[in-house]
Amino acid sequence: MSDTTHGDTGHGHEVEPITYTQSDERGRILLGLDEHRSRRTDTSQRAAKRAERQIAGMFTFAAICFVAAIAAYLLVPKHDIVWVPVLGNVSASNLSLGGLIGLGTLLIGVGAIQWARALMPDEEVIQERHELRGSDEAREDTIEQFRRGAQESGFMSRPIIRRSLLGAMALFPLPIAFLLGDLGTAPDDKLRHTAWGNKPRTRILNQGSGQMVRPEDLAVGGLINAIPVGLTELEEQEGSQNARAKAAIILVRMNPDEIKSTQGPNWDYEGIVAYSKICTHVGCPISLYQQRTHSLLCPCHQSTFDLSDSGRAVFGPAARHMPQLQLDVDSEGYLVAVGDFAEPVGPSFWERG
Amino acid sequence: MSTSTQPSTPVGKTARWVDDRYTTSNALRRNLGKVFPDHWSFMLGEVALYSFVILLLSGTYLTLFFKPSMVDVIYNGTYVPLKGVKMTEAYASSLDISFDVRGGLLMRQIHHWAALFFVGAMTIHMFRVFFTGAFRKPREVNWVIGTVLVLLGIVEGFAGYSLPDDLLSGTGLRITQGIASAIPIVGTYVSFGLFGGEFPGTDFLPRLYAIHILLIPGIILALVTAHLLMVWYQKHTQWPGPGRTENNVVGYRFFPVYMAKAGGFFFIVFGVTTLISAFVTINPVWMFGPYTPDQVSAGSQPDWYMGFLDGAVRVMPNLELVFWHHTLSLNLIVPAVVLPGIMTLLLGAYPWIEQFVTGDKREHHLLDRPRNTPTRTALGVTAITFYLMLWVSGANDIIATTFESSINAITISLRILLFVVPPIAFTITKRICLSLQRRDNDKLLHGHETGRLLRLPHGEFVEIHAPLTQKEQAEILGKVDMPVLALETVDANGVAAPWALVNNLRNRLSSWFYAINVAKPSPAELEAAAGHFSHVSAVELEATHRHREFEALGGVLHQPSEDESVKH
Repeated sequence: MSDTTHGDTGHGHEVEPITYTQSDERGRILLGLDEHRSRRTDTSQRAAKRAERQIAGMFTFAAICFVAAIAAYLLVPKHDIVWVPVLGNVSASNLSLGGLIGLGTLLIGVGAIQWARALMPDEEVIQERHELRGSDEAREDTIEQFRRGAQESGFMSRPIIRRSLLGAMALFPLPIAFLLGDLGTAPDDKLRHTAWGNKPRTRILNQGSGQMVRPEDLAVGGLINAIPVGLTELEEQEGSQNARAKAAIILVRMNPDEIKSTQGPNWDYEGIVAYSKICTHVGCPISLYQQRTHSLLCPCHQSTFDLSDSGRAVFGPAARHMPQLQLDVDSEGYLVAVGDFAEPVGPSFWERG
Repeated sequence: MSTSTQPSTPVGKTARWVDDRYTTSNALRRNLGKVFPDHWSFMLGEVALYSFVILLLSGTYLTLFFKPSMVDVIYNGTYVPLKGVKMTEAYASSLDISFDVRGGLLMRQIHHWAALFFVGAMTIHMFRVFFTGAFRKPREVNWVIGTVLVLLGIVEGFAGYSLPDDLLSGTGLRITQGIASAIPIVGTYVSFGLFGGEFPGTDFLPRLYAIHILLIPGIILALVTAHLLMVWYQKHTQWPGPGRTENNVVGYRFFPVYMAKAGGFFFIVFGVTTLISAFVTINPVWMFGPYTPDQVSAGSQPDWYMGFLDGAVRVMPNLELVFWHHTLSLNLIVPAVVLPGIMTLLLGAYPWIEQFVTGDKREHHLLDRPRNTPTRTALGVTAITFYLMLWVSGANDIIATTFESSINAITISLRILLFVVPPIAFTITKRICLSLQRRDNDKLLHGHETGRLLRLPHGEFVEIHAPLTQKEQAEILGKVDMPVLALETVDANGVAAPWALVNNLRNRLSSWFYAINVAKPSPAELEAAAGHFSHVSAVELEATHRHREFEALGGVLHQPSEDESVKH
């Protein structure tokens, strides 16, 4: 921009006119490198000195931060909680260590970049690109070398060797792949059974209270998260949560006349229905129950099931109803599951059918 | 070896010792003075690289304390709310790192924040490379490596936040298991193989740990190295500007300028990550409790980079096919397997797709300004919009609770918007790009508006337009107006050739890609504009001088009085 408003310097400051005659073979109009503008640190010794002091100051302050961080490691008790505006209650150790190490490293970085910007050369340098493709001579020579080697090896002229080698190489990965066989046990029919089927008429344990459930524990509209009695012992024995991942259920009580359908004849008990808690979509435990509509919503992907209507999938990505458990009451008045689920619980799988 | 100079300093002696054995001078001579071009957007890849270094360092620290075991223990550490609770050793050791190792929480948070930045920086770096056409020949393979790196970064991040075995991470693994089960034919075996049997089992975390700390980082490290070597060897692309051509690199030398700038920038990324980790809690695993397969918290959200996948799974309609005693869960394999597969393939193959459309097989070292390739830019924005719509879908429950609206209505709307919004984004982007091109031409020919008004001796008012700087002009003039393909569709005898279908398609696609274009001004028009500018500035100069002389003589600038301005 011709800076004509600064009369004194503008006088006699002749701007090179830009020419548009140069272009490349793609139709770009090429302009030459523009004039280098000096920085203050190029023209003034004092400015350069000041930049030098700033940069050294940052590096020194960084060093102080690191020493202070060591002090913080040694002196700040690790369990101390401090209240800091905006942040609230935070760990004093985390705050001081992170603050000091972070500030120190940040200062090293800012200092180094300021050093490059203010004091290192800022005049642009032009470097030619080298051609990426090899020369014709190099290419031909390479092909020649390859032909020679191929011929000397006899790879093409001895087909028996070639074919037997290729055959062996093709089989080589197979035994390695077979070695992965023991990564897991065979599925068999594990996905089709849950702990409810371990013995008939299993009593139901309320997960909240730890008590066995009686029908009168559940008011209309109430919900209980439950597992089969003996599940915890089974988990101890197996050393895993596998049984829980299939056996978790929810019990809900509604007015018997609100029940539109169940998955079997009279599978509810006086309005109490039991459904698997494991979503038929990808297996999240379903936990949001809307009493008014009897709908159960999965918090992972929002599949919605109607518990008054056989656990039908009414919305969301789940395709199948929630499996139902047939309920009854035993001689001592406890709720029991008559048997196992009639179908696999949880997400679909290829062999499910 | 010649002994022209005898080193006297310890550094010099070491250098000679090394060079005597490895000819390091050969490589260093060529590379220390290597020139790299400058542009702010070239930093994005650096952020990704440095985040990865931070991940390696902080991750190594965490391995010293983390126990990747699913064996149950009773927690007896210092976090009171979970005292006496049964949990896996993995979760217990995560709590110990957070509360009982000094600096442990800091390292955990640095590791998590750096992971979020790593994937984020890679993604935005990828956008930069896409929109500027830096993926074109000869850099197609580096684009593919980049695609794989983004993918690995996402998988690695997911593996990482699944390790602490808190309720949130376990829920993520449950979903993974559900998706694995849905794979046709082998799904059940894949799931049983991964988890060592039924879900959750006790094998998965140690396996995931080996994958997370050894396998994937090893592959990422190798690919990052290849990525950088290629950039170094092929030389960096540059932004069009004064002095920049397809055959040169204009910028600053690696040593000392970029060593200082890039080295310094590493410390800035480290410093900022550490400060954020000091001040902002991320993934407070102690609040979620240990994983158990029968509990979940509402509003569970994965880390940001998994959001699009979660969203795809959420908005997918519930299609499931049952035939011949087999189940095909389209509601899972479409959004979680097929869709990301197609997205990755399209992304990785894009350089070749564009080459097919444009027929452009030339080398490209000067970058495109996004506005100058409107169709590519619009395609990119369309893809990003689609991705963002999926991402928003991943938060459909949060939207529903925040705005107290129906989750069903929101999900159904998102299903529609997912296909409606991206094409709209395409059209708008293309229009904006073309308008920006017109604006560029306008600026070239008429200059910047300065807001300075000049009253000419005969009373006319004109606004002073200042010509663009050489740098601004060079950036605009670096545009290439590409011709539309016109491939033969008939053979020498005027009969439709067998390849006519393909060529016809390519001609049409090329026309779609390039036909609507705003050609840049010709050199003659530019010269004419330059002449105009010098005339205007001469007039202005004269007026300014007259005013100065007038003032020097003690004159006062004439201010129009009220009634005078009314007259005018």
